[in-house]
Formats: sequence, structure tokens, C-alpha cells
Amino acid sequence: MSLTKSILEGNRLALARLLTQVENDSSQGRDALAELFPHTGKAHLIGVTGAPGTGKSSLVNQLALHYRKNTDKKVAIVAVDPSSPFTGGAVLGDRVRMRDLSGDEGVFIRSMATRGSLGGIARKTASVVQVFDAAGYEIIIIETVGAGQSEVDVARLAHTTVVVEAPGLGDEIQAIKAGILEIADVLVINKADRPGVENAERALRSTLELAHPIKRVFRHHGKSMSIAAPTADPNIWIPLIVKTVATEGKGIDELSESIAKHAAHLHQSGDWTARDRARLGSEMEALLQEALMDRFLDDIPHKEYEEIIEKVIHRNLSPSEAVTFLLNGNLR
Amino acid sequence: MTDKKIRVLVAKPGLDGHDRGAKVVARALRDAGMEVIYTGLRQTPEMIAEAALQEDVDVVGLSILSGAHMALAPRILELLKKNGQDQVKVFIGGIIPDEDMPRLKEMGITGIYGPGASTDDIIKEVREAVEP
Repeated sequence: MSLTKSILEGNRLALARLLTQVENDSSQGRDALAELFPHTGKAHLIGVTGAPGTGKSSLVNQLALHYRKNTDKKVAIVAVDPSSPFTGGAVLGDRVRMRDLSGDEGVFIRSMATRGSLGGIARKTASVVQVFDAAGYEIIIIETVGAGQSEVDVARLAHTTVVVEAPGLGDEIQAIKAGILEIADVLVINKADRPGVENAERALRSTLELAHPIKRVFRHHGKSMSIAAPTADPNIWIPLIVKTVATEGKGIDELSESIAKHAAHLHQSGDWTARDRARLGSEMEALLQEALMDRFLDDIPHKEYEEIIEKVIHRNLSPSEAVTFLLNGNLR
Repeated sequence: MTDKKIRVLVAKPGLDGHDRGAKVVARALRDAGMEVIYTGLRQTPEMIAEAALQEDVDVVGLSILSGAHMALAPRILELLKKNGQDQVKVFIGGIIPDEDMPRLKEMGITGIYGPGASTDDIIKEVREAVEP
């Protein structure tokens, strides 16, 4: 039986093996993914990101448990950890926090190393997610590296992005920094039993206010004034803030409800399909760029390419002139 | 372009809590360019086999200092086989008496390392076991 067929029939070894092929970008992997692609599009992709030490893995553990207890959906978790830029190796330790999920055949945890990617997930994470989607995992949680503000790639991949904060990590300043807060659909303050929770919440709420000012209508009634309740624009999603203590399972119901609300909003506003289009569109572009580069460079004799580089080094050609030359055969 | 890495599961089965050796080996394998899935303490044989399958590892490294190796090793080997992963190479590090080593090798354990074993040797033998 082909690998693809086995996977569609629920064979977990076949699934694990294909994930490896896809991660390694082998031709077998690409072929199988092409066969499986028509079966994708059913999963809800949930990204979980946030600085190290905020408790992401524990939160993912609890969230997965919650879905398994309250639905009969299969849950896949892709946990990404950084590769060493010097040795290319990695220690992938997110499973340590997920022991509660072991023994459940409806859960599949896969650890991935970034292998040089810098945005918080690996280059092949999107493809790995597609394999899980085709294999019938309707909830796919992608846990990012967790280096902080630079981790925005997961927002492009996921439908719902959960950003995890914890009190006492300099929230007042962190909350205002660009990047991570702008991608949050749900903001979690984990370790909410620690001091500083109120400050953290206040800082986050005021940042959200700055980013999404709510129009308020001021009404004069002669001497008094009232402020009418703001009418929410159904097309704007204002991130929900949830407090959790992941290690105790507290706040997980609210988190799951918030995620569900966001999913409902996406479907209702048409954003779900818009995000799918953006995601698949940018994946296609990335693949096209790679393929075009490879093809173009294959067509240039190595010696000729090296000669052009030498000209740039000797300041006879600027880098952009060199590219024009390569593309047009001359300098115009 | 393929980008293959050797994937190694490092696990501590049973109840012993001494994980410094496991962590040292995990870091050494990382520094040798491998991807190490570190599962932590108190793993049951079932949890180890499940992780080995999901992560499609090439090697399983067991850290056992409790003396329970003669019970744990065959159980883990049996589960790997049952899951269709008999090509996975299993190494044991920890406190293993000399007289148990031949029996363990017969069962199918690829390498056994006691205290003072060199991480260079471990790296070399893991590589050879995966890419002969």
C-alpha cells in the first residue's frame, strides 16, 4: 500500500515517516504531499508563541488535553526548537512538558528543529502541517521557538495566533514593542498566580487600546453628558485577553472559548478564506522563488558566474549591474 | 535538496532521577549536528516507544542508573518491534554490570556505555550505526 494511502487510513508509522521525508524536502516527500494536498483544508491551525519562560509548552499540553476531553477531534502538535547555527544540531525538549498526552492515539506530537530559519518556525513547518491536515488532525497547534519579538512567521501560517506572556518579564515595556503583540489574536497571561498580573493586564489592555481605538459617541443632554456604548465593528477583531495557570489547568476553558470565538469571527467575516489565500499564496511564491533561482543558476556556466563575481570584487561592476548583466546578457 | 539529520531520542525510563549524564550526551549529540528529542524523566517503555514512533527517530538512547535495565531493555525493544520500528538502534548509558552486557547485546542493544565513556566514542558509534 502506498505511503499516502496508509496515511489516509490512519497508519501512524507511515505518517511519521512521511513527516521526515517532507521535512527533508525529498522528492518522495514532495510527491506524497502533492497526492495528499486535496485532503487538506479541514484543520484549524493554532499558533502559540511567546518569549522563553512564559510556559508555552505547558499551555499547549493543557489545551490539547482540553480538546481531547471535550471533542473527538484528533490533535497534532508541532513543537519547534532552535538549531545551533554552528553545528546544525538541536535539542528538542518541548515533549518534556507534554507527558499528560501520552497514550492517547488521537494525539500526535512532532518536534522540529528550525534548521536555519529565523522567524520562529522551520521552513518546512507549513508542509508538515499540511500532512497532518490531510491525515485528519482537525486541531493543529504549532508551538514556536519562543525567542520573542521576531517570531511573526507563525501568524502567516496559523488561523489563530495565541501570544503567551507572563507577569514580571518587564511587561510594561514589552507590551509596547512592535511585532509580537500585533500578531496576537488571543493574548494569554500565563503564570497568573504570580505577582504583577494586574500590571501585566493593564499594560496589555492599554496597548490594545492604542492599536484598536474604539469609537465612542459622546451625547449631550443639556447639562449632562453620557457616553454611548461603543458599537463593535463586526469586521474588526480585538484580541481577547485570558489569564491562565497552565500547570494547574486554570483558565484553559476560557482560552479555548476565545480561540473558538476567533474562529467564528474569521468564518463570519470572510477572513478565514482570505488568510488561507494569503498563506497558500505566499507558500507558492516562496517555492517559485527557490525553483526559479535554482533553474536560472543551473543555466549559467559556473566559470562565467565566477568571472562576474570577480568583476564585482574588483569594483568593475556594482552588484545590481552584475544582476542586470546576468539577466539581460548586457548592462542595459 | 535533502537536509537529513540523525534524529536521536534520549529518554530516562523508570524511576531514577539522575539526568546529568543524559543531558551531557544530549548536548554532545547536538554539538555533533544531530537532532536530539529529549523526553525527560520517568518515562515508561510505552511512552518511549510512542515518542520514537511519532518522531521517526533513527536511534533511541536510554539512560538507566537504577539497575532495572534487564527488565526495561527487552520491553522497549519489544515495543519498537511491535510498532514496526525494529531498524531503530538502541543504546544504553548508565550503570550496567559487565556480566549483563553480553545478554543485552544478544537482545539487540547496539551499544552500552558506563560512567567515564567518551562522548566522542558515542558520537562515532551512533553515526556508524545509522550510516554504515
